[in-house]
Order: sequence, then C-alpha cells, then structure tokens
Amino acid sequence: MDQEQIIFYFFAASVLISALCVVVMKNLVRSIFLFFVTLFSLAALYLFALADFIALAQVVIYAGGVLVLMLFAFMLSNKELLNSLKPAASSFKFNNFAGILISLLFLLILFTVIVNTDFNQIAWMQQSVPINVADNTTHIIGIHTMTRYLLPFEILSVFLMMALIGAAHLARKGNKI
Amino acid sequence: MIPLSHFMLISAGLFCIGLYAVLTKRNAIQVLIGIEFMINAAVLNFVAFGRYDKISGGGQMFALFAIVLAAAGVAVALAIILNVYKYFKSIDPTKTNTLKD
Repeated sequence: MDQEQIIFYFFAASVLISALCVVVMKNLVRSIFLFFVTLFSLAALYLFALADFIALAQVVIYAGGVLVLMLFAFMLSNKELLNSLKPAASSFKFNNFAGILISLLFLLILFTVIVNTDFNQIAWMQQSVPINVADNTTHIIGIHTMTRYLLPFEILSVFLMMALIGAAHLARKGNKI
Repeated sequence: MIPLSHFMLISAGLFCIGLYAVLTKRNAIQVLIGIEFMINAAVLNFVAFGRYDKISGGGQMFALFAIVLAAAGVAVALAIILNVYKYFKSIDPTKTNTLKD
C-alpha cells in the first residue's frame, strides 16, 4: 500500500459511504448537503484517472451550479418538509424491499462481470498510448474540442441553449403550463 | 497506478445506489439525486477508460459532454418540479398521475 492507493481508497470509501447516507437519510436537507461530499470525492477520483480538467469541471458545474439549483428548488417546493419530517409509519414497504432487491441483484451482476473480465485482452487498449502523468491533459482536451469532436461540441452548445430557454420558459411566472 | 477494475467496481456501486434511490424515493428531488449518481457513475467509467487513450481522447471529451448534459437536464427537471409543485402541491412522483387536467 503506497500513498497513492491509500488516498484513492479513502476517497472511494468516502464516495460510497456518503452516497449511501444520501439515499438512506430521511432528512432531505442533510442528504442534499451530503451530496456535496459525494461530488467532491468523485472529483478526487477523477484526478486519479489523470483527468484534471474533468475534476475541475465537476467541482465547478456540480458543486457550484447543480447543488445550488437543487437547494433553491427544495426551498421553493416543500416548506413543510423542513420543520416536520415525520418518518412515514410504514416506511419499509414492499416497494422499498423490491427496490433494494433489484439494486442488489444488479450490483451482483455488475460485480461478477467486472471481476471476471480480463482488461488486458481488450484490443484497442493494447494498441493505444496511455496518458502519462506528465501530459498536459487540458491542452489535449482543447485541441480535441476544436478538431476531432467539433460536431458534438456544436450540437452540445445548441442543446444547452435549448435547455436554458426551455427551463426559463417553464419557470416563468404566471404561465398556464 | 490504480487498476481499471477498481474504478469500475466503485462506479458499479454508485450506479446501484442511484438505482435504489430512483426506484424507492417518494420525493422528486431525491429521484433526481439518484439520476445524478447514475450519471456520475457513467462519467467515472468514461474517465477511467479515457486514461488509456491519449490519441483520440474520447473518454475525457465525452465525460465533459456528459457533465454538461447532466447540468442542462437538472435545470429543466427542477423547473418542471417547481411547476408540478405549484399545480399538485406535492412533489411525490406517485401522486402526480396526470399530464393534463
């Protein structure tokens, strides 16, 4: 166990435990704030995959934008949830049990697939050049955006404008939906 | 160097937590958080595979695209949730059963 592994597994445990707490917790405010912890630890995991720019984008977009938006929507939508969070009398229903069962079985399938796969056999991975620690990935991303992935980038920008106009139209005051 | 399968195991765990939230939660915001978990699990996989491919760089590029798409989706979804709350006075997805009155 060297330092890299210790830090990686610390953040991995932090991601999984905080995500589990977000899902299990009854108090919605606490779960939204724990969502911060999950997103920051995920950004740390992206760093271990040598994706510094993605980690930065994760922090800026998710922690800066999405979570503030979620807090706003939460505060605007259900005031009564803030003061009295009554745990429903029958919180452990059949519905709940079926959800646990489905997600556990799905987890089992994914685990067996991942454990039994030999990743050294993948053809493109043997031929390709891996990213070095010394590489400037932001530089590489910038070049790729303007050359190879220009069309997805343009489509994305049009989509983003559509989504913004749509969200502004939906949230407008006094429209009849 | 962390092996690829460990990234994938973490992302599988995160995906299943998100799936559980989507299936069982009775609050639209928590369902949305579950969807975000699933998207983040996918992004983690993109990034983990992208480490092995410097020439075409597809993993990191599409991870970036997925993050931006998720942010746009959240903006629209929260606007819809606010409208649903105005109309039904509740954001329980099991109670909102009509699209039109």
